[in-house]
Amino acid sequence: MSGNTEISYDSMIPNNVGLSSDKRVLKALEKWHPGYIKWWNDLIPKKFQESRVYLRTAVGVDPKGWAKFDYVKMPEYRWGILLAPQVEGRTIPCGEHVGEPAWQEVPGEYRALLRRLVVIQGDTEPASVEQQRFLGQTAPSLYDLRNLFQVNVEEGRHLWAMVYLLHKYFGADGREEANDLLRRSSGSEEAPRMLGAFNEETPDWLSFFMFTYFTDRDGKMQLESLAQSGFDPLSRTCRFMLTEEAHHMFVGETGVGRTIQKTLEVMNEAGITDPFDIQKIREHGVIDLPTLQKKLNLHYTLSLDLFGQEVSTNAANAFNSGIKGRYMEHRIDDDHRLSDATYPVSRFTGDGIQLEDVPALTAMNMRLRDDYTKDASGGVGRWNKMIEKAGVSFTLKLPHVGFNREIGAFAGQPICPEGNVLSQESYDSQVADWLPSTADGDYIQSLMVPVTEAGKYASWIAPPKVGIDNKPGDFEYVQLHMA
Amino acid sequence: MIDFRTDPTTYKHWKIEYAGNVARLAMDVAEDGGLFDGYELKLNSYDLGVDIELADIVQRMRFEHPEIGAVVLHSGKDRVFCAGANIRMLGGAEHAHKVNFCKFTNETRNTYEAAAEDSGQSYIAAIRGACAGGGYELALACEEIYMVDDASTSVALPEVPLLAVLPGTGGLTRVTDKRKVRRDIADVFCSMEEGAKGKKAEQWNLVDKVLPNSKFDEFVTERAAEVAGKSERPAQGVSLGNLQRTLHDDGSLEYDHVRVMLSDDKGVATVTISGPDTVPACVDDIHQQGAKGWALAAARQLDDAILHLRFNELQTGVLIFKTEGDPAAVAAYEQLLLQHRAEDWLCREIMLYWKRVLKRIDVTSRSLVALVEHGSCFAGMLAELLFSVDRSYMMEDEFEDDNRAEASLLLTEGNFGSYLMSNGLTRLQTRFLGQADLLDELKQKIGVPLVASDASECQLVTFNYDDIDWFDEIRVFLEERSSFSPDAMTGMEANLRFAGPETMETRIFGRLTAWQNWIFQRPNAVGENGALQRYGSGSRAEFDRRRV
Ligand SMILES: [Fe+2]
Ligand SMILES: [Fe+2]
Repeated sequence: MSGNTEISYDSMIPNNVGLSSDKRVLKALEKWHPGYIKWWNDLIPKKFQESRVYLRTAVGVDPKGWAKFDYVKMPEYRWGILLAPQVEGRTIPCGEHVGEPAWQEVPGEYRALLRRLVVIQGDTEPASVEQQRFLGQTAPSLYDLRNLFQVNVEEGRHLWAMVYLLHKYFGADGREEANDLLRRSSGSEEAPRMLGAFNEETPDWLSFFMFTYFTDRDGKMQLESLAQSGFDPLSRTCRFMLTEEAHHMFVGETGVGRTIQKTLEVMNEAGITDPFDIQKIREHGVIDLPTLQKKLNLHYTLSLDLFGQEVSTNAANAFNSGIKGRYMEHRIDDDHRLSDATYPVSRFTGDGIQLEDVPALTAMNMRLRDDYTKDASGGVGRWNKMIEKAGVSFTLKLPHVGFNREIGAFAGQPICPEGNVLSQESYDSQVADWLPSTADGDYIQSLMVPVTEAGKYASWIAPPKVGIDNKPGDFEYVQLHMA
Repeated sequence: MIDFRTDPTTYKHWKIEYAGNVARLAMDVAEDGGLFDGYELKLNSYDLGVDIELADIVQRMRFEHPEIGAVVLHSGKDRVFCAGANIRMLGGAEHAHKVNFCKFTNETRNTYEAAAEDSGQSYIAAIRGACAGGGYELALACEEIYMVDDASTSVALPEVPLLAVLPGTGGLTRVTDKRKVRRDIADVFCSMEEGAKGKKAEQWNLVDKVLPNSKFDEFVTERAAEVAGKSERPAQGVSLGNLQRTLHDDGSLEYDHVRVMLSDDKGVATVTISGPDTVPACVDDIHQQGAKGWALAAARQLDDAILHLRFNELQTGVLIFKTEGDPAAVAAYEQLLLQHRAEDWLCREIMLYWKRVLKRIDVTSRSLVALVEHGSCFAGMLAELLFSVDRSYMMEDEFEDDNRAEASLLLTEGNFGSYLMSNGLTRLQTRFLGQADLLDELKQKIGVPLVASDASECQLVTFNYDDIDWFDEIRVFLEERSSFSPDAMTGMEANLRFAGPETMETRIFGRLTAWQNWIFQRPNAVGENGALQRYGSGSRAEFDRRRV
């Protein structure tokens, strides 16, 4: 974008932060914007850039404004800067400043800590778009393609949200960090994304659904705890992001659910009762339940790693300083300071897996991870209901938190999904039963054929029960650009 | 008990690859390999155990691997170079351990920093991943620092904002004195927890160059080869093997050439060094004898004894140095080393090792005394002990029932330039600061045995006593010394020992360490509500805001 092109940021960026009168931030965003558009254009294949996608755009935060549906070309999507409305008289919800008025400006002493949290959150947002960049080529339907792009543009908007905070509140360093958010790139040799799980490619659509169910849920938990921040602009930003994040998890849950649904239908039609008769089930071009369990094991445990060390100084500092709260902080009935409280944390010693009470302040990560596990088990229960209803005897389970971990107390330990500590030898000989093998991946990959006809779906996935924006089954969610 | 002896077969925290004249040294700290209980060495953080191994590596690099001209220091872990000294270890450690720990780590940093100029072994830091606090100090002691420009990797000295202590392993000093970072920029850098990445780190000269990830390894490899190729490297080293010693129940310690005896109340340790039985005939003999040769073996044993006393015998306030043997043999041995140090790497390394051991003694915060008794061999490198200690006493004339050779000192050429102190001067220059003519006169005495009256006239010893006074004077002195405050002694001695100019090294040991040790005593750092104690708890430190 050349310097003399006038962009009307006011109309281009839907916002409720008075952007047009904030010359300083406008100027900073103007400088950042071309890099962002370049990032976006480099990422999404031309064919899809030119396609018209039936997208939801948030142009305001009120019930009427936040979900405007229309056909949009993705580069023309209006990435807004929207904060949940300011709550009059909001106070700092936790830590040593509990009860004091929430900060409207960054407190100097917490500047570095706050900036780091914003940067880490910001780094995950574009990362997932990068991870999912190749999926458009193999979408099982236009409905799913549209969902992918919806998730992608919203992750892009989440990046905007974090970049806005960096520009608005963190001065020159914030601008530098905002630029680095575009410099790092998922899986890059040169400058990888900050967290390990965000450097893995999302190779197929089942992985995408698992990712949005499990890994976006980590994002949700992080946003939930940042929504409890005493730094009000961050809290408001995250609260609004959560409304969009819910949709990402919906895509995940229903995506996995529809995959299961199709498998169950096919099994019943073909008269296959044994869910472990993998060979036979696969002959019908669907994904067998044991393989789904393996995928679940993988994505759940990768996501657990994102919560970091069970006992963490940074997390303790963040809570105590009022920068980051607990999940549903406002509903917890305690002093919100935790000066003397303890929390049980998993430990791995020579004697096996144990819980040990540690100062609750230091156990923030563990606590959030526990909340995450509870939150993640809901959808698993609903999937199992479907399986039960179909009369197939199979139950999907979240594996033990010690299984397949690379970070924290259980890192590298030979713990099976049931939570038993095995010998390394015994673990190695069984791990192929618990995690997807190359052959499993190849099989799933073989099913990934694009379906571009409106209302049609690939062999391995059932149609949704209800369309987006209540559209009928044969609605053309993406008007593909044909070159 | 802390044991400083280790060898490559037992390293837990480092991995070394040797290829031609370049070594790659990977820091890969074992989380559960801490020297003490109560902390985990996460993120390549280190404790004394990690540093003991590093000191051993640096030492063996010089003796066992003289073929190495460049050592690439890098991380064996993903995404982190080194997070610095382990904070929980520091938080839990007693004051004395903290101080001793810092001193030892500083000595090790100085040792590999000096390796480039002294021995043509250059350390090159290759930073990928977070490099903070003591981690950056590890890099600062290297000749060259290269860093990946990946939008994440950074160097930082976060001690002040994070822990309310100083980057005390040379950090503050090397940033200004070595890297020549402008003082106001250094002020900014040392106040920011997150440090500097990429171009900014290069602009501030915190690193020599930043490079994209894809070019990094290749560049470092090429640079290391280039640096290593600058000097001719000898082919074959000598094996140091394991250091043998016997530790008795009463705390006494025996090596081949060094003996340590503790007084009954352990307040006084007597360190006796035996001179060589024979003198090698030629350089080949020195190589043949390798680690068994007297000069190398004695240095090593003395070094270990000093470290042992520093860490394990805290109540020992006075160290008495004695020697026994033939002064002429010591002088002749040293002469052989001196004569060949220019062309023979091993002779040079042995001399350099003595220089380091003597420096270690200089900064040992105990009252140091030398007793020049009959039958002693204070010559050459051993005579340096006389100028390192706080006081020296020499026997004069015959003692009843003592048929040992009359005590005499022997100055050598070595005393006039081979064993520089941290202030860049010889011990004699420091002793006779501003009296060049006196030094010239002393040079005339090289090779001349000096008995007590001569030594006294030349001002080389503090007191000389005959057998009427000797025993009483020594007893009274020791009793007086142990009645003084140990803190006042440490302070007084440290001030008196280092007359003369400041160097980066004296600034590290004198200024930086002294301030650090002061901070280590202050409630703002170590009090119940201080930053070091509160670190990791999530609770913020509470500071006494009054400036002192
Ligand atoms: Fe997001
Ligand atoms: Fe998301």
